[in-house]
Amino acid sequence: MEKLINDFSLGLFFWQTVLFVLLLLLLRKFAWKPILNAINEREEGIKNALSAAENAKLEMENLHADNEKLLQEARAERETMIKEAREIKAKMIADAKDEAKQEADKMIVQAQTAIENEKKSAIADLKNQVASLSVEIAEKVVKNELSNKDKQLELVDKMLKDATLN
Amino acid sequence: MHKKTLVKLLVILFAITSSFGYANDKSKEHKSEGDSKESRKQIVKEFIQHHLKDTYDFGIYSYKGEDGKEHHVGFPLPVILIDNGLKIFSSSKFHHGEEVAEIDGNYYKQFHGKIYKTDAKGTISLDEEEHPTNEKPLDFSITKNVVMIMVTFLLMFFLFKGLAKSYATNNGIAKGAGRFFEPIIIYIRDEIARPNIGDEKYKKYMPYLLTVFFFIWFLNMFGLTPFGINVTGNIAVTAALAVLTFIITNFTGTKDYWKHIFDPLGDSMPWYGKLPIYIILVPIEILGVFIKPFALLIRLFANMTAGHVVLGSLLGLIYIFQHWLGGPLSFGLSFAISLIELLVALLQAYIFTMLSALYFGFASEEHEHAEAH
Repeated sequence: MEKLINDFSLGLFFWQTVLFVLLLLLLRKFAWKPILNAINEREEGIKNALSAAENAKLEMENLHADNEKLLQEARAERETMIKEAREIKAKMIADAKDEAKQEADKMIVQAQTAIENEKKSAIADLKNQVASLSVEIAEKVVKNELSNKDKQLELVDKMLKDATLN
Repeated sequence: MHKKTLVKLLVILFAITSSFGYANDKSKEHKSEGDSKESRKQIVKEFIQHHLKDTYDFGIYSYKGEDGKEHHVGFPLPVILIDNGLKIFSSSKFHHGEEVAEIDGNYYKQFHGKIYKTDAKGTISLDEEEHPTNEKPLDFSITKNVVMIMVTFLLMFFLFKGLAKSYATNNGIAKGAGRFFEPIIIYIRDEIARPNIGDEKYKKYMPYLLTVFFFIWFLNMFGLTPFGINVTGNIAVTAALAVLTFIITNFTGTKDYWKHIFDPLGDSMPWYGKLPIYIILVPIEILGVFIKPFALLIRLFANMTAGHVVLGSLLGLIYIFQHWLGGPLSFGLSFAISLIELLVALLQAYIFTMLSALYFGFASEEHEHAEAH
């Protein structure tokens, strides 16, 4: 211990302290700060890049899931659309059928009434013609009958006969 | 001649260890030293002790020339003394601690690695405990350790400034040496600072933790080079580092930190119950505040010194044994220890940083005391 104290050199202590503190201050400013900052920045950069990659991966996965979902939705939509179309088609056909039937019925009814009317008018016509024809015939027959006396008498007889028979 | 010494320059070991105490009869001492195993052990011991110490010049190696003199290869460093004004001179004036330096009419001499004021002849008077009684001027010399601290300073500054720049010019990715240092920086942040201090507060301590880690590590590694550098094994250096940790710990201490020291039991007991406990507990807590950084400084100092002593001793085996077995044996052992020392260099830097972070964590903690205790 005594030897140690004896060996202790104040001058060396002084120079060591001065030089070391100076070195510490210089290195702190010109070396350690830039070096540690650079290392930190790099590490941050790597960390950010890694997390960005992770995020991108997640996003991709999400995107994939989204796509799948969209596809699913599209498929479902198509299904429903097809189904709807089928329904509409069936309905349209049924409607058309109904309508056609109604129209046909209506037309049949119209035709029938038209036919009826025609028939009626034809019958009326026929009646008129038959009447006029009958009158003409009667006229002619009467003319003919009345042209001679015998025949007139015969007729009256006959008519009388008919009338008694009634 | 003078110029030649300047060019070849100074120190190392053998020089001071073998010449200091034996200045009176150098050649005779040298002869007898080489003769017995005991004296060789003594030389190795002094060599190691010298190596552990700071020196006033930067010696690379020394050898014994054909003229029988020690030659030192290295360069001198400025000596700065405060002794009736500032005195600055080259350490070459000491001639590796062998001679008295005269500056402005004052005489200085080295004794056991320290500068003392002497008379013209360089007399060092010793008291009965072998301590010099001479006046010791205030010494702010740029010693070998200070040079190495400056070298580490520049190395770290340009290295990490360059690293910071490479992030800016390369899209936040390190280049070159930064590839090696970046994981260490991240390790200190994620394994030392964050778990010990907490995610919210660790940021403000990061510059200190990083600086202290690399500073200690680099200097420990310099200590493994063959230039005989031992900065982190110097008590003044580790003390300065520990003092900084101490200052930062206590100046950033929160209310909870101080409450923990002066009122460790909190509201869990009435005051008259706490009083007898606190008479013992509070002084212990206060002592702990100082013991923590003290342990830091001793741990680093002791570990690095021990490493150097072990390595030096193993290398000294060659010289002590003087046998064909000594070389390979010493080489193998010191190689193995060197590998361990590489690990220790890193480990001690880690431990110092880790414990500093732990203390900062104590200082910055904020929690509900009533629940926690």
